[in-house]
Amino acid sequence: MKAIEYPRAGETVYRRKLANGLEVVTVSKPYHAKSYAFFAVRYGGMDIRFRQDGQWRDTPAGIAHYLEHKMFEMEEGNVMVDFARNGASDNAFTSNAMTAYYFTSTDHFYENLRTLLRFVSTPYFTEESVAKERGIIAQEIQETEDDPNWRVYANLAACLYRENPARLPVVGSLESIREITPRTLYDCHKSFYTPSNMILVCVGNMDPEQVAAEAEAILPREGGPAIERDYGREESSEPCRREAEQTMEVSMPMFLAGYKCPPPRGGEDELRQSIIGDLACDVLFGDSSPLYTRLYEEGAINASLGGNFDMLPGASYVYVGGDVADPRRIFDEVTRQARRLGEEGIGEDFYRQVRRAAYGGMIRSLNSFENIAISMAEGYFRGFDYYRFPEVFDAVTKADVEAFLRENITPERAALSVVWPRES
Amino acid sequence: MTRQRLMDNVYLTCIPSEKFKTGFFSAQMVAPLERETAGRSALLVNTLSRGTVRCPDLTAISRELDMLYGARLEPTVRKRGENQLFGFVASGVEDRFLPGNAKLLEKLVDLLGEFYCDPVTRGGRLLEEYVESERKNLVDMIRSDINDKRGYASRRLLEEMCAGERYGIRRMGSAGDMEKNSLQRINRYYRDVLPRGRLELFYCGSAPEKRVAGAFTRAFAALPRQGNLEPVAAVRKPAREPVRVVVEEMDVAQGKLCIGYRTDSRDVAATMLMNVMFGGATTSKLFCNVREKLSLCYYADSAFHRLKGIITVSSGIECADYDRAVEEIARQLEALQRGEWESWELDGARQSIISSLRAIDDSPGAMEDFLMGQAVSGLDETVPGFISAIRDVTPERIRETARAVKPDTIYFLKGKEERP
Repeated sequence: MKAIEYPRAGETVYRRKLANGLEVVTVSKPYHAKSYAFFAVRYGGMDIRFRQDGQWRDTPAGIAHYLEHKMFEMEEGNVMVDFARNGASDNAFTSNAMTAYYFTSTDHFYENLRTLLRFVSTPYFTEESVAKERGIIAQEIQETEDDPNWRVYANLAACLYRENPARLPVVGSLESIREITPRTLYDCHKSFYTPSNMILVCVGNMDPEQVAAEAEAILPREGGPAIERDYGREESSEPCRREAEQTMEVSMPMFLAGYKCPPPRGGEDELRQSIIGDLACDVLFGDSSPLYTRLYEEGAINASLGGNFDMLPGASYVYVGGDVADPRRIFDEVTRQARRLGEEGIGEDFYRQVRRAAYGGMIRSLNSFENIAISMAEGYFRGFDYYRFPEVFDAVTKADVEAFLRENITPERAALSVVWPRES
Repeated sequence: MTRQRLMDNVYLTCIPSEKFKTGFFSAQMVAPLERETAGRSALLVNTLSRGTVRCPDLTAISRELDMLYGARLEPTVRKRGENQLFGFVASGVEDRFLPGNAKLLEKLVDLLGEFYCDPVTRGGRLLEEYVESERKNLVDMIRSDINDKRGYASRRLLEEMCAGERYGIRRMGSAGDMEKNSLQRINRYYRDVLPRGRLELFYCGSAPEKRVAGAFTRAFAALPRQGNLEPVAAVRKPAREPVRVVVEEMDVAQGKLCIGYRTDSRDVAATMLMNVMFGGATTSKLFCNVREKLSLCYYADSAFHRLKGIITVSSGIECADYDRAVEEIARQLEALQRGEWESWELDGARQSIISSLRAIDDSPGAMEDFLMGQAVSGLDETVPGFISAIRDVTPERIRETARAVKPDTIYFLKGKEERP
């Protein structure tokens, strides 16, 4: 395999697509003690309606996450034991658009890699074990019900989207998970966990040829057909609801405001859009922005204020939130500041400053093996090479960021979610 | 790794490494944890981070950091054993990844020194508006700890279990004590602690040690040095008899059950291993039996506070399952005391600790944290030393350390009978 050098990021990458369609990426880190492997499926909480054998199928909300929980169990026992015996620490997550299984280890890398490849590609579910997992996931859902950070986010998502499944929590609900059976889990595994719908990213000191060989030996020879998914009709730019409120045991009000942005277009344009969106957030309410420093010095916000630009299948939005005494006022300040910046433009010096910091931040994020792997996988699923970020970044202009603010951060596109403290 | 004395009671630890995209810096004051000063230290570092003579406000500081390619400089407050560490950590992209001939190191270390030695003042005092606003933020932050019920319950357990001991004091003290910190008190504390506190400096990155030592020496030249405030060793206490049970109610769906144990064993390596077998990994007894086999908890894990000789269990349960959960957790500890485990449980725990110790080298923050913990506790065992000690632990020593573990306090956060 040929090494691809990315001198500006200081990275060396080996890449190959196997005959069965699996993308295998190895990022070389020769001086680290630990090695990391990340095996991801393009299948997340949003993929609940899809076409299987010519038929459109609706599956219960939360099924991708349920499947993730159940994969660890093999006929011979829980696979965590195999990892632990080899000193690896393993875990998994399900996001809106991805399910990923990964481990970190300092010894026995290839043994652990084989375990990872084997368990993710081997479904094994029984009536009994699926029923038992329901209790554990129900507890997890209940815990999220008690978590104000989660609630404020879930309520915002439900405000922003009418049809797009981004409005539903990835874990589903107590009701929806009741419908999940071994049969539905097998079906979803068969449809989505196919090599051509997956990527393997390894980061550390390992041999790229051997990584590919292990994957070839363990995974199916056939890749599986492309999967058509339905994320609902394209939505209008207006949110479904303007506001959501809830009362909980919190010490002060917590808010999250969202601004609905256009659906991503795929390919390198998505990397470009995400850089523009992130810069817009930095300029608008980042730690060094005039708005942030003014509100902080006034005592109207604290360091919890923050936000980001998030891109999902068929949906993207800017969010900003934190613990503040007067959520409506801060929401209003952000919206007005965006209009001002869109109309009057961003100061040259300030833009140069924010740009420099953002570039440094992207280099810095490559310290984390997990960040590297997630970025590579997201890029692959969305059709771009993440390590091209320095070149894409260079081509972004101040006018791009101003246009983003002008078009997207508007009252028409906005929704507000607040968790209020219970009155004592 | 090198460690050198730069000034009276000021030490610099340097770890040369080319592995990372960023260089890592830390400057930490060390002082015994006290009820009155725990919050004061937090307020002091937060106030100092608001402005220096050269960069007098947030706008100026942010501009300086942004222009250093998004360098970070943040106040930190930690509790290690019965000492408090407070100061700043900083990091900046290594010169080789930056366009042109940018040289970040000296500029970042200068700013770090200014935070300590050259804060913005009026009439010789820190600015009242900065102190006031940071105090308010810290009060809010301490109060907001109820938002995270899992962490809240663990902190409440330690507060109740170690009431009257330094270890029962929270990292940043209580909201009530924080509110009492006046401008005058902060100024007095700054003048008092700055010359006396031990200062631990740390660097990890690709710059040669000479350049780093030179930069720190210059940046901290104005640091007053007079009198030595030495860190303290944590005091061990026997477990309470009978066990104390504390129950609190809150509007929560899931109950939080925390149990605190004390140990008088000095066999740290064996206790570390025993704790991982008990509840410190996914191969542990709590995870495999209480969570997986019985589905009694959503999570159940244990932590060993090695500098203090305490083990704490933290779990999330259905409120109605309280008695069964307490019983089952006790049963898992008893199994360890009787030596009942499969060989993979011990092998897995050993591997897991060794892996996490080896991985310390892969993170400058983890190296700094480990070395600071050792330095303030007067311990000099290195990571490789720990690894070989873990390899040498025998099953007999694990049984013995398990027998030395005695329950002290149970803390239960339960839902209200009727949720509104």
